[in-house]
Amino acid sequence: MVEKKRTTAPVTGVGRRKVITGLAAVGGAAVGSRLLPGYVPYIQAQSSEPIRVGFQVHRTGIGAAYGRWYDRTTIAAAQAINDAGGINGRPLEIVAEDDGTDPKRGAEVVEKFATQHGCDIAFGTLFSHVVIGSAPRAGELKIPYFVVSEGHHVASGGLNRYTLQPGITDVKSQVIAMAPWVASNLGKKVTMIFPDFAFGYDHRDNFAEAIKAQGGEVIETVAVPPTESAFFKYFPKIPKETEVLYHVMVGPAVLTFVKEMGEFYGANRPELFGFIDSLEAVDLNSPGLEFLDGSYFWEGHPRYAGDNPSAFELNYREKVGVDLNGASRNDPKDVATYSHMFGCWETLHIVKAGMEAAGYQGPADRAKLVEAVEAMTDMPESEAHPQGAKVFNGKTHQAFGHQNITKVGDGKLSVVHRTSIEDGLYPDEVDYTTQAL
Amino acid sequence: MEFGPHLLLASLEGAVAAAVLALTALGLSLVFGVMRVVNVAHGEFFMLGAVLAWWFANLVVGNPALGFIIALVGAPLVVGVMALIADRLVLRRLHYDPEATIVATIGMLYILQQLALTFYGPDARPVVAPINFRVNFPWFGYSGYKFIVIAAAVVLMLGVWLLLARTKIGLIMRATQYDREMAQAFGIPVQRVYAGVFALGAMLAAVAAVLIVPIQQAHYLMGQDPLLLSFIVVIIGGLGSLRGTVVAAIFIGMSDGIISVFFSPTLAKILATLLVAMVLVYRPAGLFGARTA
Repeated sequence: MVEKKRTTAPVTGVGRRKVITGLAAVGGAAVGSRLLPGYVPYIQAQSSEPIRVGFQVHRTGIGAAYGRWYDRTTIAAAQAINDAGGINGRPLEIVAEDDGTDPKRGAEVVEKFATQHGCDIAFGTLFSHVVIGSAPRAGELKIPYFVVSEGHHVASGGLNRYTLQPGITDVKSQVIAMAPWVASNLGKKVTMIFPDFAFGYDHRDNFAEAIKAQGGEVIETVAVPPTESAFFKYFPKIPKETEVLYHVMVGPAVLTFVKEMGEFYGANRPELFGFIDSLEAVDLNSPGLEFLDGSYFWEGHPRYAGDNPSAFELNYREKVGVDLNGASRNDPKDVATYSHMFGCWETLHIVKAGMEAAGYQGPADRAKLVEAVEAMTDMPESEAHPQGAKVFNGKTHQAFGHQNITKVGDGKLSVVHRTSIEDGLYPDEVDYTTQAL
Repeated sequence: MEFGPHLLLASLEGAVAAAVLALTALGLSLVFGVMRVVNVAHGEFFMLGAVLAWWFANLVVGNPALGFIIALVGAPLVVGVMALIADRLVLRRLHYDPEATIVATIGMLYILQQLALTFYGPDARPVVAPINFRVNFPWFGYSGYKFIVIAAAVVLMLGVWLLLARTKIGLIMRATQYDREMAQAFGIPVQRVYAGVFALGAMLAAVAAVLIVPIQQAHYLMGQDPLLLSFIVVIIGGLGSLRGTVVAAIFIGMSDGIISVFFSPTLAKILATLLVAMVLVYRPAGLFGARTA
């Protein structure tokens, strides 16, 4: 055995070395040829070089429906920014890479942005497990990483100074803002159904605490694996005395979840309070969803424009190609992930504001960009912030804003309550500005 | 919920899972039994069945039952034709070599999956059930369509059994399975039989998918779970043994339903995988497989 190894090893070793040498030569040539033509003009005319935004997008995997709309919104936002003169006169260029909604791939994608694509920042991740998987690498590479994820992982202090979430509120803030309304209008005995990973735990932990503060309680929690495709078996776990069923599901099987819930309960259902995540990208008039009539949803950004949309709202819908019912203008059955994707639009506008405030020139100024965004506070409702005004907390790297509670009726969602920004505030859990840049 | 109704619900869920699983696994088992090809792309034929069902069902506006019936006939046929093409372009050129076909079908898996993503998109899309009624038990409601799925699966499996046991085509298939060279010597066109069996296996997966798609939506990644479960079933039942496949599918489907309801779905998967390991260790040919195989 040993002898055999000795005789074969050098042979394969030479082969491998040759292969590696060859690869290195090819790779070096590729890098050289890619860098050289760009290198000269970069020195000559630095200010016209595009700002490269590495866009980590869920093109495939369970987040693909979200990814497609994040993509459309990001392209539209970049277009709008470029039409208005770009960032410091430089155009914005989106460099998209699919992460397969996979944390391991996510970290690789961030690395590619920093080392191969020469991106100025990384941006756009939604699913919390991908964010948690990618953020440490972004911190090590010191590339600003702007996530659009809703997870509490940024403000909880679990990530790092280079990871920011300025364009969308986090789950903790959302549930704190809405718990009082749920307790006083729907009921105090709550059963929660949520996906069995970080995003779901944010809901479980923070809502349980928030409803307790209102004199209510969570009497049962049902965690469902995020890749589950059949849900009927989970419903018997919901106690009979449940007054409010709180549901938040993600992934391709959300429609099955809601339909089977309807079959299980029929007309005798508890009050339902759901996160629109359970129905993002799903047509509210799909067969089987009649059962949701009269139930309530959280919406970050109301899918149906309502009677009185603001000019900013109309401008935003027009630019991203969404009609007044929250579907694509080209295909009314292609429903947007409307409550999340505004975060891409707003975040890119914040990046623009941050880069202009920092006098951003290139990757050497990345730390300045982080500091400039950290210095931001009030973000009034505007074309850059169509979802509404926000307050950014530079210490926790998290934005706070308005939440909407909508009611299902006539095949539509209508806003019944809009929280104030103050409703969603909570004490800081971290001060990222004390970490080194 | 009390124990009795809870058990009823668990058994119903298990029966639906078992019915669909039995059909899907039957296709896999048939292909392995006759051709000795481990078809890793089997789950993708399942997925294609569901995606095509959505497409066919949307050709007809107005009457969901009519659209569904068109899908029930059309989707398996198209999938069958695609399987024939795959057989002609890939498997035949590899001379059905067991190792090479595993790698080739892995490639087919990715190709089919990405084609679905490209042309169908990442959404999960619903197909309306042909009949929409709710069976009201005193404790909970249940979708009436699910009973139809069970009945349809039983009828289809009886059909496959009749085909194999009572027709000349079945005789030829069995002859090819027992001894390929001898069958060829007796003038059986083995390559045509192989092509037909591969198509039939894919069509069984597709028809199972059409039945399930009004319950779960058509999605380009939906082939993964059925593939895994089919392999579990086929290994436990005995590779190539159709009777074993059906028995194992009922066992795994029912236990999955019951364990999921009373304990957790993860535990159900753990136990199923453990059972596979035990079967492989103590009865490598499967519970119903021929000892000498």
